[in-house]
Amino acid sequence: MIHQVEIRDLNFGYGDQLVLKGIHLTVPKGSLVAIMGLSGCGKTTLLRLMGGQLLARQGSVRVAGQELNHMNEAQLYAMRRQVGMLFQFGALFTDLSVFDNVAFQMREHTRLPESMIRDLTLMKLNAVGLRGVQSLMPAELSGGMARRVAMARATALDPALILYDEPFTGLDPISMGAIGRLIRQLNDALGATSVLVTHDVQESMKIVDYIYFVSDGVIVAQGTPEEIHASALPFVHQFVWGEADGPLPFHYPGPTLKMDFGDERGQA
Amino acid sequence: MRGAWGQGLRNVGDTTLRIVERIGAVVLFLGQILRHSGTSFRRFSLVIREIYFAGVQSLIIILVSGLFVGMVLGLQGFETLQSYGSSESVGVLVALSLMRELGPVVSALLFASRAGSAITAEIGLMKATEQLSAMEMMAVNPLARVVAPRFWGGVISLPLLAALFTALGIMGGFLVTVIMLKVDSGAFWSQMQAAVDFRHDILNGMIKSLVFGVAVAAIATFEGYEAPPTAEGVSGATTRTVVSSSLAILALDLLLTAFMMKGWN
Amino acid sequence: MNRATLNLWVGFFVLLGFVAFLMLAFKVGNLSLDGSGGTYEVVAHFDNIGQLKERAPVRSAGVLVGRVHSVRFDTLHYNAEVQMALDSQYHFPVDSSASVLTSGILGEQYVGLDAGGDDKMLKNGDEIKLTQGAMVLERLIGQFLFNKAQDGGADKTSTDKGAP
Repeated sequence: MIHQVEIRDLNFGYGDQLVLKGIHLTVPKGSLVAIMGLSGCGKTTLLRLMGGQLLARQGSVRVAGQELNHMNEAQLYAMRRQVGMLFQFGALFTDLSVFDNVAFQMREHTRLPESMIRDLTLMKLNAVGLRGVQSLMPAELSGGMARRVAMARATALDPALILYDEPFTGLDPISMGAIGRLIRQLNDALGATSVLVTHDVQESMKIVDYIYFVSDGVIVAQGTPEEIHASALPFVHQFVWGEADGPLPFHYPGPTLKMDFGDERGQA
Repeated sequence: MRGAWGQGLRNVGDTTLRIVERIGAVVLFLGQILRHSGTSFRRFSLVIREIYFAGVQSLIIILVSGLFVGMVLGLQGFETLQSYGSSESVGVLVALSLMRELGPVVSALLFASRAGSAITAEIGLMKATEQLSAMEMMAVNPLARVVAPRFWGGVISLPLLAALFTALGIMGGFLVTVIMLKVDSGAFWSQMQAAVDFRHDILNGMIKSLVFGVAVAAIATFEGYEAPPTAEGVSGATTRTVVSSSLAILALDLLLTAFMMKGWN
Repeated sequence: MNRATLNLWVGFFVLLGFVAFLMLAFKVGNLSLDGSGGTYEVVAHFDNIGQLKERAPVRSAGVLVGRVHSVRFDTLHYNAEVQMALDSQYHFPVDSSASVLTSGILGEQYVGLDAGGDDKMLKNGDEIKLTQGAMVLERLIGQFLFNKAQDGGADKTSTDKGAP
């Protein structure tokens, strides 16, 4: 099977602190893969490595068979034309209308006539059900609508790889379901490959093909949604069922209770 | 080193190093902007949009301030010169102080707080809301698409604003001294024309405002681009833009004035 | 805001800025005289130039005809060498004379040119031979007092210079 994304022996850190340790990960072409984990476990960093916004010091990151770590700026920009990314809160350009946001890449990268750009843009907006808001500014949209417009923008040039950073955050259940369905539909309709970074277990389990669990910079579990659901691993069980305490402690590591609340003699 | 003195000295050293580092960073950033300026000139409509925001929207404040400054200069100059019996020279005083110093410097200071801070806030917010990252992921370099047009918009706007400020200032001086205080209009203009030199006064003033424009635009875009992506970070960067560009304007003014007095030739 | 309105405003702004610049250049700066192309240089030596500075006006019959370009001390003759840039539309005979004068009592100092009668005209690099330096107030007063003492105040017409 051909892999759209292939990561081997990846170590990555900011300063001295390693955020990702020894990551092995493959995303087969045409599939929809979720990377799950707690906030701050390094999963967004992983996504940025796939987009070439961060470059790893050790290990290899291959997108469509090309090694990102050895690319110069021009090559990275060329690679990114094949990649669409949805940011956590959409990151729509606030000074452009919805239409201009979606048309942005076509205008920057192609020499299509304006009439064709208009048709393509309206098609993309139609795919996310928002053809009617084309003339609004991003500030006039609800959170769910902004996310959908951002999806139309991310897929404007029919990318081979679509990266989603926390697509479900801050949405009501109905919008969440709609976004989830759209992610699956867009993936299949475009014949693209998608990587989804999320901590929303229930929603993503319904749509993805494969799941990686990241904790503390390492992949602790992986499998299809059914396997994950049935997993007996304590961490996965805690995560999937949303239990407050478990192998991941409720309390942040720190001084013991006795040291903070006990009598002063205990410290002396 | 020991005690408060040692600590104080260390603080001075630290601050100096930080300032030098920051100046270096701005200069490097300026180099980056210049390297990515191709797009700005191939698609000049991007720059025109920024001239609108930086220049046209600063027009009112520049025109009104210019008029007031000129009027005050006229009044003050008239008061002082009258006691020497040479109140006709007030035109010379107004014109020379506006062209050589006040025009370029005051308009640059106003520009830094009106347009510079807006540029910083806009770029900083785009960064905080991941718009710059999004652009990068769409294979569009934000330095070329967002930063460089704003830089050139500022650089082009400021000399025009400074010329308008100076012209309005001279009109303000004319209004107060000739129309209100009845200084002879012919003497006002002829003495001014005899004393003002095109190259040494007018061109040098324009060169000053061009240099200030580069400094303010580079600092404003730098602070926005490097702002920490939080609300606090952006507001801090906006303040820093106004403070550091004001200091830069005054320091550069001193350097340029000293250099120009020695003469270029 | 739509593209056309925006362009209109920016065009208006740029035009306004250029008009202001041109007004400064022509109305205030009197650009026509000081074009660097339209001048020729002559030199003159003065025994004393008083407060004469670079860029001081050069006038003939009270009309501005050029500017002092540089002032330096001539170590060969121990006097002041003054370079002047004269507007090329004005020509002066080679035997014209130059003197350092003062406008008003406390005004600025300038170089006054008095045309001579020769047929040949001064050209670039020529020297004006006939010169008269600045009057120094202390010397004038000293001379005045000296003359007064000598003549017993009877005869004022014997002073050869225009005393104050």
